[in-house]
Amino acid sequence: MKVEETGLTRRALLGRAVAAGAMAVTGAGFIAAPDAARAMEVSVVSPAQMATLMQMARDVYPHDQVPDRFYAVSVKGYDAEDKKTLIDTGIADLDAAARAQGHADYLSIGWEEDRVKVLQAVEQSVFFQTIRAGLVTGLYNQKDIWPIFGYEGESFSQGGYIDHGFDDIDWL
Amino acid sequence: MATFDLNDDSVVVIIGTGAGGGVLANELAQKGIKVVALEAGGRYLPADFVNDEWDSFAQLAWLDTRTTSGDWRIAKDFSGLPAWIVKAVGGTTTHWAGASIRFQDHEWKALSTYGAVDGANLLDWPIDGAEMAPWYDKAEAKLGVTRTGDRPGLPGSNNYKVFEKGAEALGYKDVHTGRMAINSVEADGRMACHQTGFCFQGCKWGAKWSAAYTDIPAGEATGNLEVRDRSHVARILHDDAGKVTGVEYFDAQGILQMQKARIVAVAGNSIESPCLLLNSASSLFPDGLANSSGMVGKNYMRHTTGSVYAIFDKPVRMWRGTTMAGIVQDESRHDPSRGFVGGYELETLSLGLPFMAAFLNPGGWGRGFTTALDHYENMAGLWIVGEDMPQLGNGVTLSDAKDQHGLPVANVHFDEHPNDIAMRNNAYKQGIAMYEAVGATRAFPTPPYPSTHNLGTNRMSERPEDGVVNKWGQSHDIANLFVSDGSQFTTGAAENPTLTIVALAIRQADHIAGEMSRGTI
Ligand SMILES: Cc1cc2nc3c(=O)[nH]c(=O)nc-3n(C[C@H](O)[C@H](O)[C@H](O)COP(=O)(O)OP(=O)(O)OC[C@H]3O[C@@H](n4cnc5c(N)ncnc54)[C@H](O)[C@@H]3O)c2cc1C
Ligand code: SF4
Repeated sequence: MKVEETGLTRRALLGRAVAAGAMAVTGAGFIAAPDAARAMEVSVVSPAQMATLMQMARDVYPHDQVPDRFYAVSVKGYDAEDKKTLIDTGIADLDAAARAQGHADYLSIGWEEDRVKVLQAVEQSVFFQTIRAGLVTGLYNQKDIWPIFGYEGESFSQGGYIDHGFDDIDWL
Repeated sequence: MATFDLNDDSVVVIIGTGAGGGVLANELAQKGIKVVALEAGGRYLPADFVNDEWDSFAQLAWLDTRTTSGDWRIAKDFSGLPAWIVKAVGGTTTHWAGASIRFQDHEWKALSTYGAVDGANLLDWPIDGAEMAPWYDKAEAKLGVTRTGDRPGLPGSNNYKVFEKGAEALGYKDVHTGRMAINSVEADGRMACHQTGFCFQGCKWGAKWSAAYTDIPAGEATGNLEVRDRSHVARILHDDAGKVTGVEYFDAQGILQMQKARIVAVAGNSIESPCLLLNSASSLFPDGLANSSGMVGKNYMRHTTGSVYAIFDKPVRMWRGTTMAGIVQDESRHDPSRGFVGGYELETLSLGLPFMAAFLNPGGWGRGFTTALDHYENMAGLWIVGEDMPQLGNGVTLSDAKDQHGLPVANVHFDEHPNDIAMRNNAYKQGIAMYEAVGATRAFPTPPYPSTHNLGTNRMSERPEDGVVNKWGQSHDIANLFVSDGSQFTTGAAENPTLTIVALAIRQADHIAGEMSRGTI
């Protein structure tokens, strides 16, 4: 299946847009934040590789309420010389695994379930484990993501939760 | 603050300034004994603590190389991080949560009470509850433990209220907000808890007891205690007669120094203490210091642990408030009808989103994992802490890997005992039942974290052939060498260990002072 054949999903759009270097594509909330834009300006890896990494990040830790920019930030660090071999061979293997399951490549697969099957095929690889482990902090340790999950973080600056709801549960 | 000469051989040298070493240092200094405390980590006070999980971890945790082996899941998920221990003045009492409970009387006598257990190397402690009672009183007063003396309990947080309701639904009776080394009212010149929720990251109010800002400055104020931070002890030295004479350490500049000593007390936590004794091997002691029994590094225990997190259809916001102020004690009894010996405690626990992502199901990914985090706001959590079996094969040996000073590092080997597994499964079942009784829609039996309770690797024994130290923590082999941390534990009991480590340190200080004045050491 070709990228074009996957239709006009955000995902397919993203794949095509970055593959063509068309960074100006913006839809509703579409990687509009400045950090996401920065994250997408790649210098070592190719735009298609970055798009693959972003898709992979979302498939490994899918949160539908979390905008793309957070995923972009979480994989931006792989756009580096010392990561190039890992990314080149890792994505080549990922695409090979996708082909073995009858797809053109990983990015062109329309359904998350089908991409997950491809990821499961490479789950034991250093590439997969490096990306996954990196995301644990790369994604969830972005302070701006915390409010999406309701997590409030530190309270010292407001004098603790003692007057900010530490015991306010009302449904028990 | 005192400073002592490197050649002053009248000082007591203490290695490590955590629960054991920090308290021993102050107690000796209060008695007029000169102490040099060497601490591998730096000095951080409440103003320096960072209320952010990973930043705080980077600031305080012991991140020097360590290796792992064995069938425990840690060896796979966190192979370089067997334990969560702090490297700082005050040791792990900066990160600890403050749960402070006494051993039950029968737990001092595990072998007699439980009988021999296949594959376990159980032993009775050479001391008992009656002997320890007055020292526990002193330890509770020092730590300002709530619900002891006339100190009121802490108020219940959201996480506690869910826990309490579930516990009551199951018919549990011994349920309360814990005996915590956290001020529920202002005391000891320190504030009351403000429910900031970052007990694991160092209490920025100083409401939680930590040796870093209580015992250590108190000891320094006497003029008898010098704390040298960023001083990593490499080796304990001895003379031809087999008495210890001092230590070699790398100072803050990485330069090897030698401090003479009349007495050396090892308190580097249960991983570094045996590692140091093994690294101090010599022609006189080829198997390492104090190791005629062969027990140095053996019988490593980490408590049977695990967590249960559960999701509800409404918000809990468990991160608000004290991290561990909640306990169910009903399961801590010894009742072999449950299918295991010993017992366990259930204690409230919360992790922030970053740590939850790392620890809920290490290695997990995909929607099964992320839909759990999606409901983080609706989550409640508890932690299991139960007695695990000492096993000869579990423990610390010297690894082929080297640290930044070129010293062999600790390899931590751990295989789970069937008793540990049976206990954990029982505790998972009870924890899940508690939450389901309050309407949980999904529950997670979460595996143990890198070990926070590290015990037993220089154990206390009546007979020299069974262990490393006697009932005073004094090594059986070398009269002026002491062990002063959790590695002395003969068995682990169901309780969080620190109150007992502190009680033993206060008692040991008394003994050392007595022996010094009698001139026997
Ligand atoms: C997150 C967390 C929560 C916890 N909560 C609780 C709780 O609620 N209740 C409870 O009872 N316990 C709790 N604990 C456990 C408690 O912190 C430990 O049991 C206790 O601090 C151990 O005391 P220790 O003296 O053995 O070692 P530590 O307190 O770890 O001190 C050892 C010190 O020795 C230093 N050191 C090591 N090697 C060397 C060397 N070669 N040279 C110089 N210095 C060295 C280390 O840097 C460290 O500062 C918790 C632990 C953690 C991590
Ligand atoms: S909850 Fe209380 S004890 Fe814990 S860090 Fe905050 S103020 Fe300190």
